[in-house]
Amino acid sequence: MLHFLIRRILLTIPVVLGVATLVFSLIHLVPGDPVQAMLGESASPADIVELRARLGLDRPLLVQYGAFLKGLTRGDLGTSLRTSQPVAAAIAERMPATFELALVAMAMATLFAIPLGIIAAVRAGTRVDHAATTLALVGMSMPNFYLGPLLAIVFSVGLGWFPVSGRGTPAHLVLPAITLAAPLAAILARMTRASVLDELHELYVLAARARGVSRFRAVMIHAFRNSLIPIVTVLGLQFGAVLTGAVITETIFAWPGVGRLLIQSIGFRDYPLVQGCILLIAVTYVSMNLLTDLLYGLLDPRIRYE
Amino acid sequence: MLKVGAAIVLVMAFAAIAGPMLTPFDPVQQELALRLSGPTWGHPFGLDELGRDILARIVAGARISFLVAVVVVSVSAVVGTVFGSIAGYFGGLLDDVISRVTDTLLAFPGLLLAIALVAALGPSLGNVLFALTIIGWVGYARLVRGQVLRAREFEYVQAARALGARTSRILLRHVVPTALPAIAVQATLGMAGAIIGEAGLSFLGLGVQPPTPSWGTMLNGGRAHLLDAPHLTLFPGLAIALLVLGFNFVGDGLRDLADPKRKR
Repeated sequence: MLHFLIRRILLTIPVVLGVATLVFSLIHLVPGDPVQAMLGESASPADIVELRARLGLDRPLLVQYGAFLKGLTRGDLGTSLRTSQPVAAAIAERMPATFELALVAMAMATLFAIPLGIIAAVRAGTRVDHAATTLALVGMSMPNFYLGPLLAIVFSVGLGWFPVSGRGTPAHLVLPAITLAAPLAAILARMTRASVLDELHELYVLAARARGVSRFRAVMIHAFRNSLIPIVTVLGLQFGAVLTGAVITETIFAWPGVGRLLIQSIGFRDYPLVQGCILLIAVTYVSMNLLTDLLYGLLDPRIRYE
Repeated sequence: MLKVGAAIVLVMAFAAIAGPMLTPFDPVQQELALRLSGPTWGHPFGLDELGRDILARIVAGARISFLVAVVVVSVSAVVGTVFGSIAGYFGGLLDDVISRVTDTLLAFPGLLLAIALVAALGPSLGNVLFALTIIGWVGYARLVRGQVLRAREFEYVQAARALGARTSRILLRHVVPTALPAIAVQATLGMAGAIIGEAGLSFLGLGVQPPTPSWGTMLNGGRAHLLDAPHLTLFPGLAIALLVLGFNFVGDGLRDLADPKRKR
C-alpha cells in the first residue's frame, strides 16, 4: 500500500508543475503588452514602467518563471492590482463561501441521485426506469446558466420563497446549491443505475436471494454496497465540475466565492488575481483526484497491486 | 431516444440554415419603443432589451452554436486522433510527452482552462473556438491512445507489419478504424459540450460579443430583466437545453448501438 501511495503522489508532481507552468504563461498570452492591457490606453509611460517592474515582467522569462515557482512554494501568489491586497489573502477570504456551496450541492446531489439510480436499476426496463433515465438526461442537458435564472424566476420572482442573490442565511443557499447540484445529480444517478444493474446480475446476488435473503436486503446490503466504489470515484472526480460550475453559479446568484472573484478579476484585467483563482481551483481539483485515487486503492486491493 | 434526438438536431439545423425564411425580422434591427415587450402574434418570442426580435436572434444564434459545435469537434477529433495514435502506436518517449501534456490539460476541470485562455486572449468567437479546441482534443487523444494500444496487438495488424506495410498505412487502414465507433460517440456528446461551452463563456461575457446574436449572450442580457421580462431568459435557454438534449440523446443512442451490453 505504501508503494502505491508513494507512486501515486510522485505521479502528481509533474501534473501540478504543468498546471503552474500553464498558469504562469497566461499573462504572456495576452496579445500585445499585458501591462498596457491592464492599465488601459490612457496610461502614462511612467506608470507602465512602474507596473512592469512591480510585476517583474521586465526580467528575463526564465527568471520570472523561477520567481513564480519560488513564490508558490511560500504561498505567495502576488498582489492584486486593483486592491493591492495579497492574492492569497483575497482568495482565502472567498474560499469558505465556495466550499460551503460546493459541499451542500454535492450532499444534495447524492441524497437525490443515489436512491433514484437504485430504483431505476431495480426497475430496469420499466416506465419508472425510463422516467428516471430521461430525467437524468434532461438534468445533464440543462446548463446551469439556464437552470439558475429559471429557478430565480419561479422561486424568487414568482413565489418569493428564496432570495435571488447574496449569502447569509440558509435560504440564500437553496437556489445556488440546487443549480450546482442538478448536473452532478444527473451523472450520479446514471452511474448508480449502471453500477447497481451490473452488480444485480452477479451470481452472489442470486445466491443471496436463493438463501432466502429478502429482495430489499439483496439490493441494499449486497449489490449496492459493492457498486459503491465506482459511485465514490465519480463523486470525487465530479468535484472539479462542481468547482467550474461554481464559477457560473456564483456569478448568477452574486455568491461571494472564488468563482465570482475570478470573473470579476477578469473584468478588471487583474491578472495576478486571475492566475491565483485558476491555480487554486486547478490544484484543488488535482488534489481531489489524488484523494479519490488513494481512496479507490484503499477500497479495492486489486488497484494497488496493478 | 436516438430518433427523438436526431429529430431535434435536424429541426434545429434546418432552422439555422433556413434562418431568414422563418422570420421576417432582422436579428440586429431595433424597435426601441417596443423594448422588453412580451410574446405577441407578430413577435412570438417577444422583444429584448434593445427591441430586437428574440425569435430572429435565436435562429441567428443557432448558426453560431452549430458553427462552434462542428468546428470544435472536427478539429479536436482530428488533432486528438493524430496524437492519440502516435502515442499509442509508437509508445516510448513520444507517448510519455503526449501523455504528460494530456495529463496537465486534464488537470483543469471542465471549462476552467477555456475561461483562463479567453481571459488572457480576449473575448471573441475565434478565441472561444481556440480555447474549446484546446480542452477538446485531449479526450480524443486519450480515447484513441487506448484503442490503438489494444489494436496494435491484433493479429491482422501484426500481419500487415510483417508484410512490410508502411506505418501510415497500418495506422490509417487497420488501427484507427477500430476506434471510429468510440470516436463517433464522443464526437456527438462533444457537440453538446461545445455548445454548452460557447454559451457558458458568452454568458460570462467572455465569448461572442454583442451585437452578434449568441444564445449565451442573450441569456446574459436577460439576467438584468428576470423580474420584468423573463422571456429574455426563457426562450434562448430553452433553445440551448433542447439542442444539447438532442445531441445527448443521439450520443447515448449511438453508444448503446456500439455497446449492446449497456442496453440492459
